[in-house]
Amino acid sequence: MRLQYPSSVRVIQLPCSGRVDIIHLLKAFEDGADGVYVAGCLEGDCHYLTGNFKARRKVNYVKKVLEALGIEPERVEMFNMSSAEGPRFATVAREFTAKIKELGPSPLKAAQAA
Amino acid sequence: MIVGDSKPLEEILEMIKDRPKVLVLGCRGCVTVCNVGGEKEVGILATTLRIARKKAGLPPTIDERTLERQCDPEYVEELAEVAEGYDAIISIACGVGPQFVSERYPTVRVFPGINTTFIGGALEHGVWGERCQSCGNCLVHNFGGLCPIARCSKSLMNGPCGGSANKKCEISPEVDCVWHLIVEKMEKMGRLQELAQVWPVKNWSTSRDGGPRKRVREDLKQ
Amino acid sequence: MKSGSNLEKMLSAGHFAVTGELGPPRGNNAEEVRHKAKHLKGIVESVNITDNQTAVVRMASWAACKILIDEGLEPNLQMVARDRNRIALQSDLLGATALGIKNVLCLSGDHQRFGDHPEGKNVYDLDSLQLLDTFRKMRDEKTFLNGKELDGAPEIFLGAAENPFADPFDFRPIRMAKKIAAGANFIQTQCIYNMPKFREFVKRIVDMGLHEKCYLLAGVTPLKSVGMANYMAKFVPGMDVPDTFIKRLKGVDKKEQAAEGIKIAIEQIHELKEMKGVAGVHVMAIEWEHRAKEIIEGAGLLPRPQV
Ligand code: SF4
Ligand code: SF4
Repeated sequence: MRLQYPSSVRVIQLPCSGRVDIIHLLKAFEDGADGVYVAGCLEGDCHYLTGNFKARRKVNYVKKVLEALGIEPERVEMFNMSSAEGPRFATVAREFTAKIKELGPSPLKAAQAA
Repeated sequence: MIVGDSKPLEEILEMIKDRPKVLVLGCRGCVTVCNVGGEKEVGILATTLRIARKKAGLPPTIDERTLERQCDPEYVEELAEVAEGYDAIISIACGVGPQFVSERYPTVRVFPGINTTFIGGALEHGVWGERCQSCGNCLVHNFGGLCPIARCSKSLMNGPCGGSANKKCEISPEVDCVWHLIVEKMEKMGRLQELAQVWPVKNWSTSRDGGPRKRVREDLKQ
Repeated sequence: MKSGSNLEKMLSAGHFAVTGELGPPRGNNAEEVRHKAKHLKGIVESVNITDNQTAVVRMASWAACKILIDEGLEPNLQMVARDRNRIALQSDLLGATALGIKNVLCLSGDHQRFGDHPEGKNVYDLDSLQLLDTFRKMRDEKTFLNGKELDGAPEIFLGAAENPFADPFDFRPIRMAKKIAAGANFIQTQCIYNMPKFREFVKRIVDMGLHEKCYLLAGVTPLKSVGMANYMAKFVPGMDVPDTFIKRLKGVDKKEQAAEGIKIAIEQIHELKEMKGVAGVHVMAIEWEHRAKEIIEGAGLLPRPQV
């Protein structure tokens, strides 16, 4: 199934959202990402039991870091979806992209350009 | 192990303001085990600081390094070539780290990146509790293996005080009353009678109260 | 006689003793102390002067004690182990007794976390039992804690506190026995509301024979209102206020609640007077000193016997 989602979204596949670490999320911002989101399984559906809960806590941690740095915490999010829900994946991708567009480019880029 | 907590980011940013070249220095000892100052945390803090620098339009020269231990001159020596090249070193080891590093490299500004909080252990993943206050004369075997000095809010040796309620300490429902635990444990061990004696005053001279302490092992000295 | 204090004489003569309590002001307002003392004069044997109670800074206990002595009352100096080390505690005892103070109550003290200087460092060089033991030694052996001889030893009637409602309940009588072994001549208890539980506590004390080694004074604090009762029940650690009292206060008109609270206190004292092992009552009419007389008189304890 080919789904249409914005080409600006770069997908990095992991065996489980629980494998996401704080450093990965931060590195993405350091390297210029305007927003980062983690797509994990539905709560209660984690194959490794709590991977998606852990991922959410890490996302929340990064939100706090961004806030302390004066960067909009909405630039990082966690979404839960079933692996069978292709259309939802595409919807989330579109909605998050729209949200980030609204926020504008990462303040890191703006500063670099100035 | 020695347990610590990260300092607020705002405080660290203030420390390195106007100091272009910065080294975040971790330690593979206790602080790695309690997830506050190991290689991983060095990466997180350094990345965060680089993001801050980039956002401010400044060159992001924040380097990363983790020593085997910062409480051993042998390992601190490893920085000999590079230390002086930095405008600031943020040590995220326990309080010993920033002291040993600044003693060895007196011209470099060294900042503590964590707050050293206590001697304790892991209660569960992500949770640590205080267990010892290094009083210099361990007595825990008399109290069912529980330390009243570090774990009773008043360091009572003849507790529990009148504020003990529902197994919790008067200072907070989050804090166990260690004296309740001591009584329970001693009872289970059939040793309650031992608690009926009045514990005499403690000699605090072996503790920090006797002045800064030093340990010498003649047989090991060179 | 350990000290010859009024309180000691009354208890050793076998009279049912009454003590009161006074909290020094949060300032150096000596007039305030005199004013509160006036209400207690002649109706109690001795008045406890709290020592920075609840870790809130107040006029030094020993100084307020001295004001009471000058007013013709007998103070009971409370001393907590929280704020002073063994050097200061021994020194203050010498000073206090030199001023004529004869009763001393040894406490560990409330933790400063909920006081008005929560950022302070606490001391706890000694705990309340070690403090008792130290003062007993100064009185009986006429030496300091270090064994060195005193130039003039204190003559004091030594007291301690016990909270029968704190946990673990089964250990409380053992701890009271420890306090007696450490030197307590009398024990004042935390405010009692749960009478059945207190009765059980006293029964154990009597079974252990502790009432023969030490005088037990039962704590009574009148409930001024439903609000106060609720507060005590919910927020004061180690306080046990049964629902029946809260209901009883709620059952009367708001204006009548204070009178009802006093009535309850009087009933409690009547009950305590009949309880074997109880040698007296400690009436803590907190910030309500002017109503203490009503309670003591109502309980049939006035006039006080002369000893
Ligand atoms: S008794 Fe002293 S050395 Fe032993 S655990 Fe407690 S504080 Fe540490
Ligand atoms: S409640 Fe327990 S832990 Fe807290 S100060 Fe009292 S005896 Fe110590």
